[in-house]
Amino acid sequence: MAEAQRERPWVFRTYSGHSSARASNELYRKNLAKGQTGLSVAFDLPTQTGYDSDHPLARGEVGKVGVPICHIEDMSALFEGIPLDRMNTSMTINATAAWLLALYAAAAERQGVAASQLQGTTQNDIIKEYLSRGTYAFPPEPSLKLISDMVAYTVDAIPKWNPINVCSYHLQEAGATPVQEIAYAMATAVAVLDAVRARADVPADAMPRIVGRISFFLNSGIRFVEEICKCRALAELWDELTHERYGVEDEVLRRFRYGVQVNSLGLTEAQPENNVIRIVLEALGVTFSKRARCRALQLPAWNEALGLPRPWDQQWSLRIQQILAFETDLLEYEDLFDGSHVVAAKTRELKQAARAELEKVLAMGGAVAAVENAYMKRQLVESHTRRVRAIEAGELKVIGVNCYTESEASPLTSGEQSILKVDESAEREQIERLRAFRGQRNAADVDAALKNLSEAVTNGDNIMPASIRAAQAGVTTGEWSETLRKCFGEYRAPTGVVARAGENAAPDLAGVRQRVEALSKTLGRRLKILVGKPGLDGHSNGAEQIAVKARDAGMEVVYDGIRLTPEEIVQSARDEGVHVIGLSILSGSHGVLVRDVLTGLQREGLSDLPVIVGGIIPEEDAEALRRAGVRRVYTPKDFDLNRIMGEIVDVVAESGAVR
Amino acid sequence: MLLDTLERELPAPGAARVGVTGAPGSGKSTLLDRLVVALRQRGESIGVIAVDPSSPRSGGALLGDRFRLRNGARDAGVFIRSMAARNRLGGLSDAARASVLVLAAAFDHVFVETVGVGQSEADVAQLADTLLFVAQPGAGDTLQFMKAGVLELPDLFAVNKADLGEAARRTAGELEAGLGLSAPAPFANGWTPPVVLVSAREGHGIDKLCAALDAHRAHLLESGELAARRRRGRTAFIVDNLRQRYGSFGLERLGGAAEVEKRNATGRDITTFGLLSELSREIEEHLCPRENKATRS
Repeated sequence: MAEAQRERPWVFRTYSGHSSARASNELYRKNLAKGQTGLSVAFDLPTQTGYDSDHPLARGEVGKVGVPICHIEDMSALFEGIPLDRMNTSMTINATAAWLLALYAAAAERQGVAASQLQGTTQNDIIKEYLSRGTYAFPPEPSLKLISDMVAYTVDAIPKWNPINVCSYHLQEAGATPVQEIAYAMATAVAVLDAVRARADVPADAMPRIVGRISFFLNSGIRFVEEICKCRALAELWDELTHERYGVEDEVLRRFRYGVQVNSLGLTEAQPENNVIRIVLEALGVTFSKRARCRALQLPAWNEALGLPRPWDQQWSLRIQQILAFETDLLEYEDLFDGSHVVAAKTRELKQAARAELEKVLAMGGAVAAVENAYMKRQLVESHTRRVRAIEAGELKVIGVNCYTESEASPLTSGEQSILKVDESAEREQIERLRAFRGQRNAADVDAALKNLSEAVTNGDNIMPASIRAAQAGVTTGEWSETLRKCFGEYRAPTGVVARAGENAAPDLAGVRQRVEALSKTLGRRLKILVGKPGLDGHSNGAEQIAVKARDAGMEVVYDGIRLTPEEIVQSARDEGVHVIGLSILSGSHGVLVRDVLTGLQREGLSDLPVIVGGIIPEEDAEALRRAGVRRVYTPKDFDLNRIMGEIVDVVAESGAVR
Repeated sequence: MLLDTLERELPAPGAARVGVTGAPGSGKSTLLDRLVVALRQRGESIGVIAVDPSSPRSGGALLGDRFRLRNGARDAGVFIRSMAARNRLGGLSDAARASVLVLAAAFDHVFVETVGVGQSEADVAQLADTLLFVAQPGAGDTLQFMKAGVLELPDLFAVNKADLGEAARRTAGELEAGLGLSAPAPFANGWTPPVVLVSAREGHGIDKLCAALDAHRAHLLESGELAARRRRGRTAFIVDNLRQRYGSFGLERLGGAAEVEKRNATGRDITTFGLLSELSREIEEHLCPRENKATRS
């Protein structure tokens, strides 16, 4: 049989990293041996938000959702035995992207690899951090400056680097419709490119090359036909926009280049084996159409909604990619959808609506302004609220969740070791290594490097040279970030939980409302709940949905946003005189953080105050939390918010608050 | 009752009570954050009551998203309590008045922050020694300010977002012009409300604003206006309360607002809530004498 001419496949990656640089290095080497062709580094939340592993806010979070990288030794250990001149590394890092790239360059230099040879991507899309992911560190304006520094620096010094991956991925996770995804991704790219173009150190003739280095990071949902059209719409719109706005004549530089992680939002905790099918279909959405095919793909593990996937789970996802690329005939054909009037019409519809929304954002001053005035956030919260309500009402079918829920016992999810547990000792050991490292570095070098960094920030110089020097001198992640925080100030984004989030007039809430009224009468004042997000996890959608719903149910809701220490939550609960506390934790740090809140309440004499917890919490942990005194534990399978509201009323009624 | 004891035992003048109002989006909360930090740096303690509107439909409310001192260190010098406006839009509940009394016993400064313009200012003015109005650039011209009536009650104006430059200066100018045109407030006692340019976001002008707050406080103390103002606030609160409970008809049975003012000004040793229940009893006796005697003891 004649061998058909096959396209080269996209880069296969798996988003991974946990516990420590050494443990993650071992995992990376194993994955590469199995046929993975690129790396995708997951950093832990302290690294992402610019804190050293021993900072109070890092407690419980070290090594949880990714690898902790505090200094050059950590970075070197992460890539030990992996030649960086031949690796294509994607780093999911944003607020501290400039710093992690500096560490990466410094680690490469130790390997004898020049920066100019490095290939990869820093995610570096700060806009969506304010909108959905929450791992920002500095205010929007200076953050944008850091991004434009990296763009201006890499275009010559690390020319094969993608300094920013404009992310629509997280917007979809936050509830964005395809139109919003396209529009806000474009708005973000425009904000970055406008900022770069305005710089004195960027000559006008460099703009086309810079435009050519902008890449995107997309999500792919289960409505895979629409996803195909979305990708095509994005490719067309980017081509037009870069031509119109930045005058890029070379078609190659106007190509829409993107990587993908398929949707995690739609992965279900119930009957989780079905997620494999969802993942396959979502992968098709971004590979099917050659004209709009992704450059790199990472697939989540089927059991992500249950907890951290094991190496075997990740292997299964890698095999999906390999079967799609090597067994099927997908890569043997030209674009399959050219000439389809159905696809063309849908693509046009998405493109036109997205253009209109983009114009709206640009008219209010662009993406940064639309973050600061909370416009985009509000739009996303509204979309997400609609989505959640559609699932609750059964209008949006989710197999195994709101229909076809009957199931045989799954042999895949039973047993003790069905998810990966990060060893509790990982945090302690990382802190020990960090302190030892601080002890042995040259203090004078570090001081000089920090002073140099501080001057660079104050003078508005490009941050990269000073950061690379700091990385080489042994500066830590926390020190680098603290230096910038001092100059830029810290930032709290608007929560988006405003009255605009929609008043729910649905009659299904009437029952709960009556119960809230009745209980409030008994209590002598309106039922008051504190919705708290302890730790560094910034995924605030769950907390915000609960806050809005509780308000609609007639409760007074205190919600102070993300990144609170357990101590701050306890203080807030005490000062505000709430009747119940709801904690939302998605980073897997629930063990330590909930324990700290309960201990704090006890210390304040508030041990009667009922606490409920929501998050990605394995049943084993949920049981432990209940034993420790938590009244209710909710996981992603509890999508019925009305029921949760009713149970909040129960919990308060049962507690000592009613005397 | 605790509140009566507090009102009676608290040494005058006690805590500085400051009301903060302004339109939504004017940056009141951020400005208040800055004030709290500045006052903490002077070693003074602060209680904050932050009032948000209630949903007219569900009665529920989204509160919070307020500043709390960071770094995990618990600071006993700052206390923040958020409240829903409950009964009416922008209005203050009785609980707010009670909270002011409680916080005034424990802190050097008590701030009451409430959203909106109009009725809420009048409500806050009953509770506060000093009323601070936060305006934002482009909020309107002189005439609009006068129409909105925002020029009459506040003792201090802060024009926020001074980082916007010209627009902020223009708004400050319009406010000053409006203040110059208005008749001096009947109880101002020689005080001209200053207009201070601030940028809550950048932290500019906060020292000037603190100085203006201090100056107004000094003016209240020196002129003897403080006691008079608190008494007026008390009258207004009682009148409002009686009118809500018994309507204008009920209030007239007593002799109207004038009678409340007279009874409040006689210098008797009676607390706000004490006087309120005394007057309530009298009205109830006018309205339905018999039942009343049976139920009250």
